[in-house]
Amino acid sequence: MTKIYLLENLGCANCSAKMERKISKLTGVEEASVNFFSGKLLIETLIEDETRILEIEKEVAKIIRKIEPNVIMKKVK
Amino acid sequence: MNKKLLQIILATIIYIPTFFIKPESTLQISLFIISYLLVGGSILINAIRNLKHGNFLDENFLMSIATLGAFYIKAYPEAIAVMLFYQIGEFFQDYAVDKSKKSITSLMELKADQVNLKTENGIIVTNSQKIEIGSFIIIKPGERIPLDGIITEGNSYIDTSALTGETLPKEVSPGSDLLSGCINLSGLLVVQTTNTFGDSTVSKILELVENASNKKSAQEKFITKFARYYTPIVVLLGLMIVAIPTAILGLSSINTWLYRSLAFLVVSCPCALVVSIPLSFFAGIGVASKEGILIKGSNYLEALAKVETVVFDKTGTLTKGVFEVQKVVTFNDFSKSEVLEYAAYGEVHSDHPISQSLKRAYGAEIIEDRIIEVNELAGLGIIAKVDDKIITIGNMKLMNHERIDSFESSEERTIIHIGIDGIYAGYITIADELKADSKKAIESLNELGISKIVMLTGDSITSAEKIAGELGISNYHGDLMPIDKLNQLEYIMVHLNKKGKTIFVGDGINDAPVLARADIGIAMGGIGRDAAIEAADVVIMEDEPIKVAIAIKLAKRTVKIATANIILAISIKVIVLFLSALGYASLWMAVFADVGVTIIAVLNSLRILRRKRL
Repeated sequence: MTKIYLLENLGCANCSAKMERKISKLTGVEEASVNFFSGKLLIETLIEDETRILEIEKEVAKIIRKIEPNVIMKKVK
Repeated sequence: MNKKLLQIILATIIYIPTFFIKPESTLQISLFIISYLLVGGSILINAIRNLKHGNFLDENFLMSIATLGAFYIKAYPEAIAVMLFYQIGEFFQDYAVDKSKKSITSLMELKADQVNLKTENGIIVTNSQKIEIGSFIIIKPGERIPLDGIITEGNSYIDTSALTGETLPKEVSPGSDLLSGCINLSGLLVVQTTNTFGDSTVSKILELVENASNKKSAQEKFITKFARYYTPIVVLLGLMIVAIPTAILGLSSINTWLYRSLAFLVVSCPCALVVSIPLSFFAGIGVASKEGILIKGSNYLEALAKVETVVFDKTGTLTKGVFEVQKVVTFNDFSKSEVLEYAAYGEVHSDHPISQSLKRAYGAEIIEDRIIEVNELAGLGIIAKVDDKIITIGNMKLMNHERIDSFESSEERTIIHIGIDGIYAGYITIADELKADSKKAIESLNELGISKIVMLTGDSITSAEKIAGELGISNYHGDLMPIDKLNQLEYIMVHLNKKGKTIFVGDGINDAPVLARADIGIAMGGIGRDAAIEAADVVIMEDEPIKVAIAIKLAKRTVKIATANIILAISIKVIVLFLSALGYASLWMAVFADVGVTIIAVLNSLRILRRKRL
């Protein structure tokens, strides 16, 4: 399953690369990619359970906040 | 005015007079500090904040240390200059990135959020997302078509260029299918919708293109990996440049070495690469989509630049796939109308273009009750029982198999043989036409240095020979069943191809496994055909083989620019690092190697957007 999020106010390309690396390492995340230009974050996961996904989202938000506090994460799909 | 720009200007105004004031006077130093805080304050704050999160190698932190270090060794003018140029560079970089983002996304401005809905109480303007399938909507001239649908009233011309790259307007009338994203040019149209907003063609295309650059190319992966090790290594080298000489030569020379190491900190940001390489691919995908070529990932764009072999399917790809009966030749006293009639009856249930052409040529209505039984034999033909006769329709193999003594024609066309009750009744020749741009497509590929071009077809080898001859393709294979096409492709990939990539170009109807097996599967005529969009890596919206060459050209340009950026950025950085280690480079040069190179690289990437004739 692919989850898509929009990251608003992404400021630096190197930071988005860092986010991508850290999010990819989360348990439950098969693959993550951040596109600095479209602001899209794609997360590939095998997990179907909604509560587990919400937990992952929380961890993702934490990583993003740590690297770039001004970024707002929105769920697209 | 932008706040950042204002800070830069104010800081510069305060900075300039310092050159005319007595060096190291209190006034000069206070002006330096004010100027520095104005332009660099936000960076210092970010650095402290990031430090709390444990980000030591963040660019804000490195810039802060570099400039504070310069203050410490009393290189005041340079401390401010570094900060100033860094901010100016960032400002330009933001501007360039923002502009390119806009010009790429404007390529994709295809959605119409508002729609004129026809209701019992007249026409209301509402949100496209709320429209249910089967609603009636009004599209005025000049409006973008918001949802897929079928015209119920009105005639018009529509501009499909946003979806297909085709500039010629298309004529539409009641019964025509309309695709969302196109523009209605002339007449008022009433349309019954066939898709919701989320499922409409335009939404699907946008989603595909926007998410495409998330599939990263090898070059992008290399850069992110490089960035990860580059910064720590350069910072470490910077530390060693102070530590080692000081340990050997003693503390008296520390300031000289400190100055040199500060340059390392300034150059340690990998920004030029991390911004410009993904930007190149993003721009490449954007421009391609404007041409009606949807590329599903940066990795495919990169692969397109390394194509060595192009394998084309014949029917529907190089040829129009519209067959016409050319002539009917009869044997054993059967009449032409008889032969055509039984052929049409036998093929009645098949959707194959050849069967369609037989039915068209027969012309009269088919009476279903006359058909008793139909058996299709894959790769051979059909055996059917019509009235009380056994009809055998197919190729020579089928005739031989059924022991029907047939006439072997040497005509370079598709030939259908017909037997009635075991007696040979004759044959029908059917021909397909080349697409207008097929020849040019092959020539353009040759010009691009791609000489390995192969044509595969399920049609007879004689008809394959004719088409291949017209196009100048020397490598072709006919009489292939779908599984043979897959085997042929695998053979080509292993034996013919040396180190490059293999493309398969098909119409996406019967060749999904072949599309999937090739390094790059290109489906042609994808517009409004979901299965093809699903199966392929690259979708060409309009039925034009020339777009294959255009896609490759664009890919080559993109990769060339990305490669140039990698070489430029890395070499300038390495040279400046080397010079500063030896004491030949100033902090000014270091700033250039950082932000100057970033700006050059970003501007270079933007060249991809310039749409010269492809």
